[in-house]
Amino acid sequence: MTSLLTFPKGGVHPPASKGLTENLAIEVMATPDELEIILGQHIGAPCTPTVAPKDAVQEGQVIGEVTKGLGVPLHAPVAGTIKSFGMSGHPMRVSAPSITIQTNKEAAPVQYSRCDWQKLAKEELLAKVHGAGIIGIGGAGFPSHVKLSPPPDNPVDTLILNGAECEPYITADHRQMLERAQEIVEGALVILKILGITKCFIGIENNKPDAIKTMTEAAAAVSTPEHTVVVQPLQVKYPQGSEKQLIQAITGRKVPGFALPSAVGVVVHNVSTARAIYDAVVLSKPLYEKVMTISGKGIKRPANLLVKVGTKVSDIVEYLGGVTPELAKIVMGGPMMGFAVSSLDIPVTKTTSSVLFLAEDEIDTTPHSQCIRCGWCLEACPMGLEPKEVGLYVEAGRPQDTGQFGVFECFECGCCAYVCPAKRPLVQFVRLAKMKAKR
Amino acid sequence: MDPALVKLALGGIALLGCIGLFFGIGLALAAHKFAVEANPLIEEVLESLAGAQCGGCGYPGCEGYAIAVVTNPEVPPNLCFPGKEKVAERVAQLTGKKMTAVEDMIALVRCSRKEGRVSHKHEYIGFASCTAANLGFGGPSSCNYSCIGLGECAESCPFDAIAMVDGFPVVNPDKCVACGTCVRACPKKVIELMSLKARVHVPCSTKDLGKNVRKVCEVGCISCQMCVKKCPAEAIAYTDGLITIDHPKCIAYGPECQEICVEKCPRNIMRKYEGRVAIARQADGLKMAS
Ligand code: SF4
Ligand code: SF4
Ligand code: SF4
Ligand code: SF4
Repeated sequence: MTSLLTFPKGGVHPPASKGLTENLAIEVMATPDELEIILGQHIGAPCTPTVAPKDAVQEGQVIGEVTKGLGVPLHAPVAGTIKSFGMSGHPMRVSAPSITIQTNKEAAPVQYSRCDWQKLAKEELLAKVHGAGIIGIGGAGFPSHVKLSPPPDNPVDTLILNGAECEPYITADHRQMLERAQEIVEGALVILKILGITKCFIGIENNKPDAIKTMTEAAAAVSTPEHTVVVQPLQVKYPQGSEKQLIQAITGRKVPGFALPSAVGVVVHNVSTARAIYDAVVLSKPLYEKVMTISGKGIKRPANLLVKVGTKVSDIVEYLGGVTPELAKIVMGGPMMGFAVSSLDIPVTKTTSSVLFLAEDEIDTTPHSQCIRCGWCLEACPMGLEPKEVGLYVEAGRPQDTGQFGVFECFECGCCAYVCPAKRPLVQFVRLAKMKAKR
Repeated sequence: MDPALVKLALGGIALLGCIGLFFGIGLALAAHKFAVEANPLIEEVLESLAGAQCGGCGYPGCEGYAIAVVTNPEVPPNLCFPGKEKVAERVAQLTGKKMTAVEDMIALVRCSRKEGRVSHKHEYIGFASCTAANLGFGGPSSCNYSCIGLGECAESCPFDAIAMVDGFPVVNPDKCVACGTCVRACPKKVIELMSLKARVHVPCSTKDLGKNVRKVCEVGCISCQMCVKKCPAEAIAYTDGLITIDHPKCIAYGPECQEICVEKCPRNIMRKYEGRVAIARQADGLKMAS
């Protein structure tokens, strides 16, 4: 047994709270009557619709395309009719342009069959990944084909699949690792071939021993002398699954300030992205479904669901029997990095990993007070920043002067705010500072 | 005292003196070598400006504008808003530029959420600033386009011209010089600068569909575009989800239209603008409501 790895600086231990859903198998949710597909799901310019209202569409058909710059196409998750173009709720942007599709309930689901991907050249594989609309679905939605084409001056030698799933409550990746281990591992082989490298690590936090076991077996089954896929158990510590922290934990390499992982020869993909790449390349199936965790004491029936992209949170709530009277806060994403919302009229995107319905006793509503300079935030910050200074500067009306505290290196993991005894909204201060500070 | 100590002390003083002299000469030489040729015209222009350091001109401080207006022929002489016409004339005269008209403008808060009895969609717990609250799902107001009411505009105003009355900004027309600082401060972009001579205005910023507006606000604009259709001067447009009024066009057309847009607006949100009078009345109304 290899010893448990972790990143060196900072980190916190929030209660895992995964018990509500970790033993529930992924359940396929019935397709709702209407889907709202947000046009800007990836990092880069949003898609331009390639369909018009009243058009009939087939499941998997391209409905949006980026006209210039970074991006991937968008696909119809169901067969149906384009109802209208409009605006939909969005957790960060409040509202965003979208396409509404009326589902054709009669249409039979499309069946995808295996292709002989080993015969394809690197460029053909990349084109498949791009064409299927694959983005980093565990994180911010960065187009995967770009990540898979690292700059030639930074030779990559290691692939890391991120199965840490360090955010409390969320169990979507955990369930996929249990139920889809072979597909994830085959996805890893595809990525290795595209990158032209031989070494892959799969990082999983040690609180998922069943996933470690299943994935280790699946990895051993495909490992050959030419390419090795190795599961690496990790210490349970948040934010173990953050890209830079994960790289340092597994390879010992430190990604400098604003550099990309390829600067230290590494490419990181989430396990669920690896599975999406499997779908795209092996099955030629575009990305339009999403495994997500619905949890918290505020929902009648917590679950791990496979939903169509564009399904509204309100449909999910209805499907799961409604909310409980204790519901106090809704968070899209994890409790550490997610966004609180006050509407159910929000469609699921490719990057939505969970919706949490939290009860009064699962959240903290204490108003914040003055910084007591305990220094806990400094200790907790995995990037070695000074969150307290950022907070003080913002409060003093000087957010523009916070560049000196490295605000742009902050990836908003929330460790500082989590430990702060004065309950200071430190991440909010940082986000405000980022808007006003000079780079 | 021990003569050795005295000697040591004297030696120390002499040494420090030498160092002082050395650096003194160095600094004097540097000052001579790197001296900046001061442009007396910039100085003169700077003195003629209002000196409020408000940034309304778009330059970093009054000095920034003084330098720009003297050295760059493209920069017009009428950008010092607090100085109004008098300063503009003086700057034009000093720089030999053509005097362009200075219109009396004022900041207008384009939201009527108090009147519209807009509720809150969530309780906001966090840093009490509009920008911070806006980061949390667009702020607590049910209308995503409304004023949040935490007074970032009032705080930013260098002339103390905005008062927060019961959580809503009220512009004092006697103090507002239309420098535009609040326009830049407001994360919701609900403040705009408008001519004091304007005849009509729409105190609502929503870009939402009419049916959604009706759900959250009793007075908000529903984008029916009645006003756009009825205006004989074609001074009203619907762009980017918002009603915009071409005030010079509207003013030029004159009273003959009898403000038909106001009459036809089903939401009574297209309103007559009576300049200072109306603003004072609005302030009184809010005070009474609070
Ligand atoms: S943890 Fe909170 S109270 Fe302590 S130094 Fe940081 S900001 Fe201040
Ligand atoms: S007008 Fe804008 S800055 Fe002023 S209180 Fe309202 S939201 Fe805040
Ligand atoms: S609809 Fe208009 S008036 Fe009503 S709250 Fe929204 S912005 Fe303000
Ligand atoms: S008539 Fe009134 S409600 Fe209709 S678009 Fe004009 S301002 Fe809006």
